[in-house]
Amino acid sequence: MPKGFIGKVRLGARLMQYDDPKFWRAGAISTTVVMAIALGMLTVDSLEAITPGGSHVPPYSVINRHIGYVYNGRLGRDMPVIGADEPLFGKPVTETEAAAFMERGKLVIQSRSCINCHTFMGNGAYYAPDLTKAWLDPAWDTWMAITGADTKEEAMVRFLMAPEQYATWLRKMPNLGISRDEAVATVAYLKWLSSIDTNGFPIHFGRPQTSR
Amino acid sequence: MSRSKNLAVKYLVAAILFFGVMTLSGLMSAAYYIQPDFLFGLIPFSIAKMLHIDTMIIWLLMGFMGAVYWFLPDEFEIEPAGIWAAEILFWVFVSAVLVVAATFVLVQWGAGTETTLWLVQQGRKYVEAPRWAAIGVALVMLVFAWNVVGTALRARRFTGIMAVMSVNMVPLVLLYLIAFPKIDNMAVDLYWWWWLVHLWVEATWEILIGCIMALAVMKLLGTSRKIVEGWLYVEVSMVLGTGILGLGHHYFWIGTPDYWLGIGGFFSALEPLPLLGMVVHAVYDAGVHRMKTTNRPAFYWTLAEAFGNFLGGGVFGFMITLPQLNLFAHGTQWTVSHGHFAFWGAYACGVLSVCYIALQEQRRLAVVNGRGWVWAFVLLNGGLIGMVGSLLVAGMAQTFFERAIGGSTLEAFIAGQENPWFVLGMYSRMFFGLIFTAGYLTLAWNLLALGHREAAAVAQPAPAE
Repeated sequence: MPKGFIGKVRLGARLMQYDDPKFWRAGAISTTVVMAIALGMLTVDSLEAITPGGSHVPPYSVINRHIGYVYNGRLGRDMPVIGADEPLFGKPVTETEAAAFMERGKLVIQSRSCINCHTFMGNGAYYAPDLTKAWLDPAWDTWMAITGADTKEEAMVRFLMAPEQYATWLRKMPNLGISRDEAVATVAYLKWLSSIDTNGFPIHFGRPQTSR
Repeated sequence: MSRSKNLAVKYLVAAILFFGVMTLSGLMSAAYYIQPDFLFGLIPFSIAKMLHIDTMIIWLLMGFMGAVYWFLPDEFEIEPAGIWAAEILFWVFVSAVLVVAATFVLVQWGAGTETTLWLVQQGRKYVEAPRWAAIGVALVMLVFAWNVVGTALRARRFTGIMAVMSVNMVPLVLLYLIAFPKIDNMAVDLYWWWWLVHLWVEATWEILIGCIMALAVMKLLGTSRKIVEGWLYVEVSMVLGTGILGLGHHYFWIGTPDYWLGIGGFFSALEPLPLLGMVVHAVYDAGVHRMKTTNRPAFYWTLAEAFGNFLGGGVFGFMITLPQLNLFAHGTQWTVSHGHFAFWGAYACGVLSVCYIALQEQRRLAVVNGRGWVWAFVLLNGGLIGMVGSLLVAGMAQTFFERAIGGSTLEAFIAGQENPWFVLGMYSRMFFGLIFTAGYLTLAWNLLALGHREAAAVAQPAPAE
């Protein structure tokens, strides 16, 4: 056998020293670097899509409009649909005023720790209903009657300010000392939230599948 | 014993105590599902639940730190750099946790202002601790990183395990900074929050516990460093190779583009691979050593760690990770079932294993055995698996009745929660929760009593065996 051939085998063996931890270390470092770079690139793209006004998240002033939720046959899932003017409490707001509502609303959501009973986009605790599409919940029609309110937003505000008075189920929401201003900001927040395209989550919202 | 080991024992004791607080607040949370009026008006569900998940993070973190401080002097044969700072920060850490817990129970919430976020709580899952306390945790992490990296530099010797651990300290500290900002846009908020939660729990923590278990296996079974380090690198490449983009399984429904369905689904489906590798390795090691060791409890908890991580994190995670099923199961008790099994298997069992390793050396025991640890092992694992099974039944019922046919609204939610299978699951979870609690009490007693009873036995003439 020619010497060179043996040399090549030896060379091959030298490159593939599986029992040397350094071989696996090189693998660990390169895999991690490649994946981290991929995540970085995807992050840049995703953040653009979820900035208000981006492809998946409407601007905050969407609270001036009607928000619907319609099944899209082509995509096979429900999608938010922005409709005609329908300002909260009949009062249109500017983009800046809407942003102020969001800032306040998010502070209320965090300071009352909503996510430790409820979920948003499925994240949180699981003791109380998911709030992603709460604005679109058909139950508010009944709650308008219960709270004696003329509009959905007013019913939501009254409920948030005194939830213990309107308990209709075994599990009650405690009174969290939410002021009227705070409740209004929270309702604005929930309305904006319902306009986000969440790829069809939660499934079949408002369309029970029991009778077809 | 060295100062580092003394500090390690303190951390492990604190970890076991907060493990108890987690168990108690878990029982309280479970009770609300059966009796919603339980303590209502005094301590709402949210507070019990918050204590439950936050003390879980804290006791595991303290357990990891205890483990690292325990093994540091063995690895480097010198006292860790800046050990004095770590000794002071231990007490700062423990008091901060107690003050935060008291704030949660007594103050509970505040007005919608930044002040509330600084002083009362931040209302973001797992990182509810108010900002002042979060600064404290960041400081503790920073000193922890200094202890590890600084010691390696001072000893002028980087073993492979310690090199991995040192590099891992960088993301561990950096990612925690996401605990601070308040981001109005919930989609963006959740995007970054998942970097903290997923990349901590499913990446940096996995690697930290991987390093700890590597050190534990060397100590318990005398496995050669070369083999352990080779495996650790394989583990790191697989965990980060699948876990970094596996992050995508949290980006299915938060408003992010739908390419995440494919990316997250694919990479998270691969996430069980490194965990399967750990099981293979554990079975191989156990076979090579014919299950012979002087520290049976530590060895059995190591095995439980390997199997629990694979079953709870890998198999139960895979069950709900594909977007086609996750669309229905996300945010139900099914998630809770996976969460309990995964945290238990991936982290809790490992910390308990280290507790027994430390205890053997601290109390100078030639052999650690007896009946107490067996009872604790069986009750804790049995209780946990029972809870996981109960939650799985409840979660499947909820997935079907609330989501698949109910229409996911308030009315559908209530229908799901009142479904008899769901209710059965909640009662059964409570039952197994009580068994788990009995296991915790047995464990705590066993850890306290173990050496002392044996020492007393040694003092008497040894009976023929």
